[in-house]
Amino acid sequence: MSWLLPSAIAVPLLAAGLTVLVGRRLAAQRVLAATGVTFTLGAAIALLVQADRGGPVVAQVGGWAAPAGITLVADRFSAIVLTVSAAMLVAVLAYAVGQLGRDALDWWFHAKYLVLTAGVAMSLLTGDLFNLFVGFEMMLIASYVLLTVRTGPSQVRSTVSYVVINLVASALFLVLIAFTYGATGTVNLADLAGRLSEIDPAVSEGLGLLMLVVFGIKAGLFPLFMWLPDSYPTAPAPVTAIFAGLLTKVGVFVIIRTQTLLFPSEGPSTLLLFVAGATMVVGVLGAIAQNDVKRILSFHIISQIGYMIMGLGFLSVAGLTAAILYITHHIVVKTGLFLVGGLVETEQGTGALHRTGGLLHRRPIVAVLFLPLALSLAGIPPFSGFVAKLALVQEGVALGRGVIVAVSLAVGLLTLFSMTKIWSATFWGEPAESAGRAGSGVLAATAVVVATSLAVTVFAQPLIELSARAATELLDPAIYITAVLGGG
Amino acid sequence: MSLISLAVAAILFGVGTYLILQRALSRIIIGLGLVSHGANLLIVIGGGFGGVPPILSEGVDPATVADPLPQAMVLTAIVITFGVTALLLALALRSYLLTGTDEVEDDPEDRRVAREVHPVVEPDPDEDMHEVVA
Repeated sequence: MSWLLPSAIAVPLLAAGLTVLVGRRLAAQRVLAATGVTFTLGAAIALLVQADRGGPVVAQVGGWAAPAGITLVADRFSAIVLTVSAAMLVAVLAYAVGQLGRDALDWWFHAKYLVLTAGVAMSLLTGDLFNLFVGFEMMLIASYVLLTVRTGPSQVRSTVSYVVINLVASALFLVLIAFTYGATGTVNLADLAGRLSEIDPAVSEGLGLLMLVVFGIKAGLFPLFMWLPDSYPTAPAPVTAIFAGLLTKVGVFVIIRTQTLLFPSEGPSTLLLFVAGATMVVGVLGAIAQNDVKRILSFHIISQIGYMIMGLGFLSVAGLTAAILYITHHIVVKTGLFLVGGLVETEQGTGALHRTGGLLHRRPIVAVLFLPLALSLAGIPPFSGFVAKLALVQEGVALGRGVIVAVSLAVGLLTLFSMTKIWSATFWGEPAESAGRAGSGVLAATAVVVATSLAVTVFAQPLIELSARAATELLDPAIYITAVLGGG
Repeated sequence: MSLISLAVAAILFGVGTYLILQRALSRIIIGLGLVSHGANLLIVIGGGFGGVPPILSEGVDPATVADPLPQAMVLTAIVITFGVTALLLALALRSYLLTGTDEVEDDPEDRRVAREVHPVVEPDPDEDMHEVVA
């Protein structure tokens, strides 16, 4: 089954090349895009089943043995995140095709989308620091182009800051690779885990902090988040939805992977918990100050990242279980919320709260799609966010970390407040002028995402058990190291 | 040798950082190029001292060859930086054609929120920009 690992990356890339070859035949492009993305989803599910039954799946690309060659690894954690991400990629592709003209306006939309898919898959599956850099770059370059095509002055302005910040982060990533290679002589994550414990602890701690900064920029951690709410809202709805759902979460994934694998330590980390709390508070306060649907939602990405880092900060099985649950729930809910934001913009021509209103009477279906997602984001039972938040709070109380628990509950309340703000300005009040009508395709795609989010609640118990197994695996780096390097 | 390379990398980082902090997009792009060069140089330094070309054949002692991995990594990184710089230059041209300036402007929404809090203190954005040019 290890052939699935490289093909989950190669098939969408190949499809991307073919979409360019078929030229302006939209139907052929759509078939290729759907095939590529669905293949990655299928491979992700197969890898998840395999990794859950028989431990991490490992492939040594090109047949070179582990520390020298290119290693791809799927353990439970990466397979879970890849499965959810690929599912969202499929749903958003359907939305983009359904939103009439989005992919017809931009001939290379499908090629870029497929490269993005390959980049996400590579970042999640790679077992090597330099390939992680390449995976990030694939993902980011696709995202730069998706953001800039057919743009006006406002998009160019915000894309410039997005590209520049990410390039600075990439340069820092290269510095990190240089220092790591200079200090240890390897960039293979499994090999690094062993060698980092042999070098000077001060050097290894420095590398750990540099990693936190580099991946913190990608994930949007406090105080490195400022690029995010500036750049995301200007893109078209399906593009923002997939960025919001996936890109920052890949950063969180890498933070969790590197902190657990390379710098294993006992007990809660006060630094991570502080960062988590600050990220939550700053994100939610930023959201309250905004007056546009997409900008409010963008600030909420930041605040929600805090919850995931809070789970990591506990550094316990229950804490990581909650973090994995949170990532799963968040990818689905955030993608869905941005898709609904796109529906609001289609219906009313704008997402600015002072110009929208009365959508509840005109298109109740949009309100029906928005409500479960908004309540889930705030953590109201019985929606998926509640399951994840409950797990976090329980573990926080069990570890006696009262401050972060109080902060997380207060932020949940403020989240609900800002969701109410969207609700009352968009769905209640005097009906605003109608600008258009969302088609059945986009509504169906959004409905699928909402249904997935509800399924997270319905199947909460098996999902918690799976996440707990993944968390146990994460906290025992020996499993990962043995799988990659063999018996040694 | 290594010390000189390190000093060069440090200078590249210093100058690059200064340029990235400017308002003009063309300077930012040059700054990003310099910083990436500095990072690439660091990787080469991280590979240790040079040796004979890393082509294993008869009569070559593996202990004397140069480490090929950092070179492979730097080549990849250079190609990626090249592509992204080209994209940024295209963006800079687009930005110039659309707005007529080379400046990166403030976020209009941020400015609006700031004005709500400090209606008087907020300086005129155009004035602010001229200052930077001067």
